[in-house]
Amino acid sequence: MSILVLADLHEGQLAGATAHVVAAAQAIGGDIDILIAGEGVQAAADAAAKLDGVNKVRVADNAVYAHQLAEPMGALLVELSDGYSHVLASASTTGKNVLPRLAALKDVSQLSDVLGVESADTFLRPIYAGNAIATVKSDDALKVITIRTTGFDAVGESGSATIEAVDFVAENSQSSFVKEELAQSDRPELGGAKVVISGGRGMGNGENFKLLDGIADKLGAAIGASRAAVDAGFVPNDMQVGQTGKIVAPDLYIAVGISGAIQHLAGMKDSKVIVAINKDDEAPIFQVADYGLVGDLFEILPELESKL
Amino acid sequence: MKVLVAVKRVIDYNVKIRVKADHSDVDLTNVKMAMNPFCEIAVEEAVRLKEKGVATEVVAVTVGPKAAQEQLRTALALGADRAIHIETDERAESLAVAKLLAKVVDEEQPGLVILGKQAIDTDNNQTGQMLAALTNLPQGTFASEVAVDGEKVNVTREIDGGLQTVALTLPAIVTTDLRLNEPRYAKLPDIMKAKKKPLDVKTPADYGVEVASKVSLLKVESPAERKGGVKVASVDELIDKLKNEAKVL
Ligand SMILES: Cc1cc2nc3c(=O)[nH]c(=O)nc-3n(C[C@H](O)[C@H](O)[C@H](O)COP(=O)(O)OP(=O)(O)OC[C@H]3O[C@@H](n4cnc5c(N)ncnc54)[C@H](O)[C@@H]3O)c2cc1C
Ligand SMILES: Cc1cc2nc3c(=O)[nH]c(=O)nc-3n(C[C@H](O)[C@H](O)[C@H](O)COP(=O)(O)OP(=O)(O)OC[C@H]3O[C@@H](n4cnc5c(N)ncnc54)[C@H](O)[C@@H]3O)c2cc1C
Repeated sequence: MSILVLADLHEGQLAGATAHVVAAAQAIGGDIDILIAGEGVQAAADAAAKLDGVNKVRVADNAVYAHQLAEPMGALLVELSDGYSHVLASASTTGKNVLPRLAALKDVSQLSDVLGVESADTFLRPIYAGNAIATVKSDDALKVITIRTTGFDAVGESGSATIEAVDFVAENSQSSFVKEELAQSDRPELGGAKVVISGGRGMGNGENFKLLDGIADKLGAAIGASRAAVDAGFVPNDMQVGQTGKIVAPDLYIAVGISGAIQHLAGMKDSKVIVAINKDDEAPIFQVADYGLVGDLFEILPELESKL
Repeated sequence: MKVLVAVKRVIDYNVKIRVKADHSDVDLTNVKMAMNPFCEIAVEEAVRLKEKGVATEVVAVTVGPKAAQEQLRTALALGADRAIHIETDERAESLAVAKLLAKVVDEEQPGLVILGKQAIDTDNNQTGQMLAALTNLPQGTFASEVAVDGEKVNVTREIDGGLQTVALTLPAIVTTDLRLNEPRYAKLPDIMKAKKKPLDVKTPADYGVEVASKVSLLKVESPAERKGGVKVASVDELIDKLKNEAKVL
């Protein structure tokens, strides 16, 4: 068996997610190659070559792959997928955008959001917002899979894979990049943070999210939000945790002014320790919280910050 | 320009599902069903394009059992002009649905196809992308803004790091994210009118598409239950527990 892993890039650098996807590839077993596609991605390729268990890093460095638009990326994957038994990517917005195109063009199914590997053809994936876990078996010749990174611990960085250039240049006259507005933050990535503190509608407005800053600073935490907080315009969309936002599984998750709708729980209930701060002692979030503190967040947060 | 919208019948998003005792599947007997929330957003966007004079006709399509006609009627009540029901009792998975939708695209020649980004039952997030690949059309997934501009459409996409805008040539495939719009509710007179709007019934065989998949569902289990813990009385107690009991601080 041989496995091709499409690497995630973040502003041209290798994103943390890829080390988790390589771990999933190791669980499947076989030779593992990584594909880096983008423009000016040598540094990402060097970083990928250090990941443990990687055989070869294939680098498609060309302007047509900048911003990893779906159309040329799909064509590239189709071109390169011959000879592989599995093609994997993280279930990031890039993986989700690109991989189904490969699957369709190869006339195979895609398994989305896989969080466990039983064998080379049998996998676990969440359905119904994680309220059920399906075991699915694929008899397709090529298995196209997106990986939920929280299901696999990242591999180490003591490898030394070979790096090889890919010559294929896809054509693309259908789509073009216009602009990107990326959130700028010095905090850790939501997906990889050890501690996450999230605010919900109870925060009242965007200004009040500053109450979370001091605590996040002290704990080295990433800041997340419920959909209600994002919809209300308190914070940008990239902070949304949940079924349709980001899936996180930190050591500590602190939910502040969040009621605990199933769609929100779907994104955080695999956290090791959950703390809920809510003024309503019947809020469903308390049913999953290890430690619940009933009270007004506007009093609790400043006290918590000063005592940490 | 004609706009095609794909709608899916799924479990209502408020329902908490249960796994069957024999672990063969989730138990959907007598569960409330509804239109997938992302598909409601897709219908709303199409109808708004028509109201703005950008679209001339809105066609809703679904693949599913007889009962899925309820969701087509909802789409018609919300403003779609006609509907196509591709009837099957088989579990049609994304690739088969995408193949069927590709045939409909071929027949109808829409300028824009709008789908939900994911269905809240299987959470696959792939049908629109597969359709784009099969029809060789560009895709704008997870859209929070769709602006048709002559021969092009600008789609603003919700990506992990923030927002990305791409320009696509038309025809194009768009999948909706939550913040694209807020769907309206169907009014009673519109629900009545919808009953008279045309609804074509077809089968996968009419399109020569095989629905069977090479993926089989071996079993379905409930995730590890998370037990509620304790309530603490004060910030001091919380910090103490986190330090000394949970050891996460
Ligand atoms: C298709 C679909 C997908 C969805 N996807 C997601 C998703 O990915 N992520 C997500 O989060 N949601 C998602 N939702 C929305 C979800 O159903 C809930 O509406 C949302 O999570 C509610 O957010 P909330 O808990 O912040 O708000 P609310 O439910 O309004 O809860 C606010 C809470 O704050 C508490 N509160 C208020 N004031 C204070 C105070 N001063 N001090 C302490 N506590 C206070 C209240 O007691 C209440 O419990 C989705 C919904 C649908 C239909
Ligand atoms: C292993 C496996 C297990 C399954 N388990 C279940 C199950 O437990 N219960 C169950 O009901 N089904 C099940 N199905 C079938 C499943 O419900 C879907 O029909 C199929 O997987 C399509 O994926 P999706 O809806 O998640 O696609 P997504 O890509 O998440 O859907 C995105 C969008 O595509 C469009 N779309 C998707 N399906 C249709 C459709 N049928 N008609 C029109 N537009 C559509 C909609 O616009 C939708 O918003 C299963 C399928 C497989 C392969």
